[in-house]
Amino acid sequence: MPVREGGGSYPGDGVKRMADVNLTVDGKKLTAPAGTLLIEACKSVGIEVPSFCYYPGLSLQGACRMCVVKIEKMPKLQTACTTVVTEGMVVATDNDEVRQARKAMVELLLGNHPLDCPVCDAGGECELQDMTFSYGASESKFMEAKNHREEQQWSPVVYFDRPRCILCYRCVRVCGEGMDVWALGVQNRGVSSIIAPNQDDHLECEECGMCIDICPVGALTSGAYRYKTRPWEMNHVGTVCTHCGDGCKTTLGVRRCDTGMEIVRGDNRDKSGINNDFLCIKGRYAFDFAHSEERIMQPLIRKSGKLMPSTWEEAFELIGKRFAEVRDKDGGLAIGVVGSTRTTNEENYLLSKFARVVLKTNNVDHHRTADFPALAAALHSKPGQTASMRDVLTAPAILLIGNDPTNQHPLLAWQIRTNVRLRRAKLYVINSAPIKLQKQAAGFGLLPAGAEAKAVAFLGGDDSQLDSLVSDGTTREAWTALRDKIRAEQNLVIAFGSELRAQDIQTLVSVSSSLSGAKLICLGDYANSRGAADMGLYPDLLPGYQPVSEGGRFQQDWGALPAEKGLSLPEMVDAAKAGKLKALYVVGSNPIGRLGIDPFTFSKSLVVVQDMFLTETATIADVVLPAANSYEKSGTFTNTCGDLQLVKKAGEVTGTKPDFEMIVRIADAMGFDVRSLVPFGGGTHADMGQTRGAQSGEADRHAVWLEAHNLEPKMTPFDPMAILDEIQRVVAGYDVSRTNLLAGADQHIEIAHCGVGASHKPELIVPANDDLFSSGTLGRYSHTLNSVYENKPAESEIAAD
Amino acid sequence: MASLVSHPDEVRVISKRFGQGATDIDRYLQLDGYKAVQKALSMQPDAIINEVKNSGLRGRGGAGFSTGMKWSFVPKQSAKPKYVLCNGDESEPGTCKDRLIFEHDPHSVIEGVMIAAIAVQSHTGYIYIRGEYRYLSVIMQKAIKDAYAKGFLGKNIFGSGYDLDIYWHGGAGAYEVGEESALMESLEGKRGVPRIRPPFPAVVGLWGGPTVINNAETLAAVPHIILGGAEWYAGLGTPKNGGTRLFCLSGNLNKPGVYELPMGYNLKKMIYEVGGGIPNGRGLKAVVPGGSSTPVLLPEEIDIPMDFDSVGKAGSMLGSGGVVVLDDTTCIVNFALRTIKFYQHESCGWCIPCREGTDWLKKTLTRFHAGAGLKKDIDNIYYLSENMLGKTFCPLGDAAAMPTMAFVKKFRKEFEDHLDGKPCPFEKAADRIPAMA
Amino acid sequence: MKFSQEFEQRFADMLTHYPTKRSALVPTLLYAQDEAGALTDEVIVELAQRLDLTELEVRNVISYYSMLTTKPRGKYNVQVCTNIACMLRGGEELLNHCQKKLGIGHKGTTQDGLFSLEEVECIGACSWAPAVQVNYDFHENLTVDKMDQVLDEYKKKGTM
Ligand SMILES: Cc1cc2nc3c(=O)[nH]c(=O)nc-3n(C[C@H](O)[C@H](O)[C@H](O)COP(=O)(O)O)c2cc1C
Ligand code: SF4
Ligand code: FES
Repeated sequence: MPVREGGGSYPGDGVKRMADVNLTVDGKKLTAPAGTLLIEACKSVGIEVPSFCYYPGLSLQGACRMCVVKIEKMPKLQTACTTVVTEGMVVATDNDEVRQARKAMVELLLGNHPLDCPVCDAGGECELQDMTFSYGASESKFMEAKNHREEQQWSPVVYFDRPRCILCYRCVRVCGEGMDVWALGVQNRGVSSIIAPNQDDHLECEECGMCIDICPVGALTSGAYRYKTRPWEMNHVGTVCTHCGDGCKTTLGVRRCDTGMEIVRGDNRDKSGINNDFLCIKGRYAFDFAHSEERIMQPLIRKSGKLMPSTWEEAFELIGKRFAEVRDKDGGLAIGVVGSTRTTNEENYLLSKFARVVLKTNNVDHHRTADFPALAAALHSKPGQTASMRDVLTAPAILLIGNDPTNQHPLLAWQIRTNVRLRRAKLYVINSAPIKLQKQAAGFGLLPAGAEAKAVAFLGGDDSQLDSLVSDGTTREAWTALRDKIRAEQNLVIAFGSELRAQDIQTLVSVSSSLSGAKLICLGDYANSRGAADMGLYPDLLPGYQPVSEGGRFQQDWGALPAEKGLSLPEMVDAAKAGKLKALYVVGSNPIGRLGIDPFTFSKSLVVVQDMFLTETATIADVVLPAANSYEKSGTFTNTCGDLQLVKKAGEVTGTKPDFEMIVRIADAMGFDVRSLVPFGGGTHADMGQTRGAQSGEADRHAVWLEAHNLEPKMTPFDPMAILDEIQRVVAGYDVSRTNLLAGADQHIEIAHCGVGASHKPELIVPANDDLFSSGTLGRYSHTLNSVYENKPAESEIAAD
Repeated sequence: MASLVSHPDEVRVISKRFGQGATDIDRYLQLDGYKAVQKALSMQPDAIINEVKNSGLRGRGGAGFSTGMKWSFVPKQSAKPKYVLCNGDESEPGTCKDRLIFEHDPHSVIEGVMIAAIAVQSHTGYIYIRGEYRYLSVIMQKAIKDAYAKGFLGKNIFGSGYDLDIYWHGGAGAYEVGEESALMESLEGKRGVPRIRPPFPAVVGLWGGPTVINNAETLAAVPHIILGGAEWYAGLGTPKNGGTRLFCLSGNLNKPGVYELPMGYNLKKMIYEVGGGIPNGRGLKAVVPGGSSTPVLLPEEIDIPMDFDSVGKAGSMLGSGGVVVLDDTTCIVNFALRTIKFYQHESCGWCIPCREGTDWLKKTLTRFHAGAGLKKDIDNIYYLSENMLGKTFCPLGDAAAMPTMAFVKKFRKEFEDHLDGKPCPFEKAADRIPAMA
Repeated sequence: MKFSQEFEQRFADMLTHYPTKRSALVPTLLYAQDEAGALTDEVIVELAQRLDLTELEVRNVISYYSMLTTKPRGKYNVQVCTNIACMLRGGEELLNHCQKKLGIGHKGTTQDGLFSLEEVECIGACSWAPAVQVNYDFHENLTVDKMDQVLDEYKKKGTM
């Protein structure tokens, strides 16, 4: 029942899953569930029916007529994209009549289409080119002049070249149906029809670039990529976006440049990740911070008050010497370590281990944006209760408490919208402010500010909370009705923001345990916030949320550990003020800039910072080491749901080093035996030949395998894969299939349920408050994000209507 | 106000009240008005449908589908409201009949909608009138108001316990909106782009509800069928083509006008007797028998009964009843160009073959008519039309392709006479430089 | 944005006719245009807001229908049909004549803003061809002379 425009219907909509249907296509017998579109049924047996306007998951158009096929007993050719399979149907997808029809369609399109393929961004990746190749016109029948129009710039990132547009309406649909933005329309009619932006001559939208990615030709092009390169001149590296906590897979187009390897494009055309074809503006364009001119490309050492360039040797020697001095003289307690939410699991694990084993301190922390330890504690001995990002796409019902995914978790919002649209999932929203996802909600409870925890208690049956929930928007009756509906749901996915912490999470877990099949998602803000938590960047927790007081298997593996819990970040600040914190080691984090710490706090401490930029924290450092970012190294990230994914090296900027290598080098400079920090080359943990040269021949096989996967097969202590072996062995939940991981598949990890012990200090959680166009410190160095910001009207909020 | 004509061969059913002041509701009542609907209220819905089926009434909008059959496709049970929609978008060039019905007998359309509604058990009807017909909208709005005032519409109509609302709705200039699903889009406040079918309107139509859509003339015939009986109505026409219809005679005729003639009336007779023949002693060159989308007939092809089946057999279509007569001074290339200009202008632009095809046909024919045609253009024009035919999203593409193919096929020589920079062999060709963008 | 009492009455009425607000859009646009002279930005913003639509949606619809315009036309919009039935009876000559007489082309407007000219598609007057519509009024069975009379009358009416 396909209808265009909003609220329309989609393939298979309303069709009950009845018995399968048998049909014959090109002589092949096949079976498909009733309600399947013919074009999809063909695809399932490897018969590709060409199309421009058909796009899975978007409403049907039947406009391009490329998918015509011959169906027996039907006088006219039929469009496979709008035909539902029926019992006994006999179909020919490639006979003379069909080929002629398609050829004519291509001829007609080319009649008015510029043949500027050599300079078109889509050249080599153009569906019209491919179609012409398959059915094409050898001789042009048309001799009239083509309609010409100047190209238009619709936004900092979106360009529109009208004559190239073939009016497949994919962009209009993905913007409206997919993104719920509706910034593109169709204007005029007939041959004057044109895709039009919502603001006369420009776009006001979420700048996600989905329209560009989905355009089959070069009509919509990206301001970031256009005219930079040809697709076949790029290397394509599938990795994970480094911005928010959702963990979209992104395929980066990379080419050589003066300073190494430059990333020129991000997209997801192969739909191979948890995000299918989705990317938000940050994933698609904001890799450009990597090429910012403000990047530090050389180690810096403070000399007579000024940060001066130095050599790596000098820097490591100095750091090693001073760290060892402080540790040996004042003890580990005098050293603080601040880790990152954007470094890999391997780096976070290594940093956690380095702090405890080499620096002999538990003073480890990071910028906490969600209370993962509370969730781990609450889920103790309740496995199977967390949801993956993929689950959000298929769950029959979703409850969202707090947070505004449209701005803070764009992929989560996309998954929710898609599920509601295509599968009619029920969404319930409980929030203290109106949010855009309300539009998709089957139930919405508007809370007074800060009443999220009370709502959770109410959900759990505590009716005494009811009075404090009532707001202008939601009455007592409405709350009760909402609770009844939520409680009646099976297999509910509950996603909650940082509004819920500590005890509230405990309560929520008991609510969720009382519902059949419910699962949870705790929303943290950065690309590897969850990984930072899982890898134990806490003063009281080791990797896997293991309390430091019960070193357990870590004691066996790592050796003697400090058993007293260490200082949290605010406590480190206090200690520094009291002159007790002699050294501070900051890896990929900007606590001064992001957490509002007085920059003079650490004036008496030795401050070592690893970063890409001279952040507020780096400017007060004694030594600054230029770091590579996650697009420039390999490893793994865990998204906020707990989906583990491989991070692959795409770009490279000479003069920088991955944090992993820097940590190892500092340990080395401190005289520590790095082999006991990183189990490389020892062959002790050989599995499937993926560990360093286990048995004879293994190493070579491993090297070949890694090479094939772009994974730096270095037999060195700087290879993060060595640490991944250890993580998989000792961190609860991480023992997933390595083969699947290396093959690029995401794997869900249960939040380690190892028992209580997390320090419930809700005040330590500081939400990042990023929106669609900001991304912590990184965002400040993204030219794209800045230019979009400059182009926004004063109130840059996307209206929550 | 359009002027009325008459001819002794006319059989006045639909046009019975033309010129009788029937826009006035009391006058309409005097002329047997609103009797049929009261009769229908006392009938079983299925009996109404059967009556209409047996009358042989076929859609006057162009396709000639059995009206009773169409109504029978509407599901008896429906979760969503059902609707009846009167298509008064009348835009097919050569057609100007619905206009007369609205002008002279608006209540007959209302009554037809009412009977259709009762037959399919719908409680809401809409009468969609093209935007250019503003004065008819005024007439129709008043007629509806008067019907409400008498209690014929609204709650409990005629004290029957049946509720029925009918509303007027207006267009704003778009031929494509006459296509049934595009009309629904338009009524829903959208661009007039047709919908994917199936599902057909009878199952999923306006706002997703089952919908009967009929041409205004079709609906205006219904009260007469209910009152006069199926047998009587069927007997007026030929087998499978019941009743009479309004034929719009236009073009090079002595007495153009809208005449009501029985289905199956001879086309040649229609032209030479009813229409008064060709003026100024000129000869007949061709006839477009059913509106501009129907393939042209040559003089030797017009001795045929004007019913859906016979005209179909002759290689054309009865269409919307617009008989356009071309005398022998007409340049066929120019005529083909003007026809395609219309479809190019009115294509909604949704699908490739129609959007691009009509534009290329227009461009090629323009150049061709201006004297810059090449021999291969003739074949290309045919090739292009042939490749549009049956492949477009809605029948508008066919409407452009069919007449064009007929022009090329039947008047190839005339196309060839335009070749090689020769001026149009017909007078005033120089004036015929297209003015429209 | 101020519309007449009559418009407001009609608009309020119309909203009760449909299950969705948006359904009132097309006829409302035409009536609004009749009052405001054109569908200006101001009218679009107003109607979008009244019908819970985005301005883009309203513009998409406006640009589809040939009677709707965002630019003002002359006081009298002379619409000459040149489609087949009219063409066979001199519709094109009529158009040429109007062009010469008014000194404007297709979609042009005279300097004094009194007349605009448009070549239009079939207006449903085929049996009374050639035909012209001035605003909403039909003039049928025209000749060049009769056309002159029609234009003169409007000129008189418009400059009175
Ligand atoms: C492009 C196109 C334009 C049409 N225009 C009209 C029209 O103006 N009036 C009309 O009654 N039917 C028109 N039709 C036919 C309608 O789609 C539909 O078949 C008709 O309203 C059904 O009514 P009927 O069964 O009473 O003929 C058009 C069809 C097409 C494809
Ligand atoms: S894709 Fe199909 S595919 Fe599109 S129309 Fe084309 S008609 Fe279908
Ligand atoms: S062709 Fe001119 S009014 Fe019909």
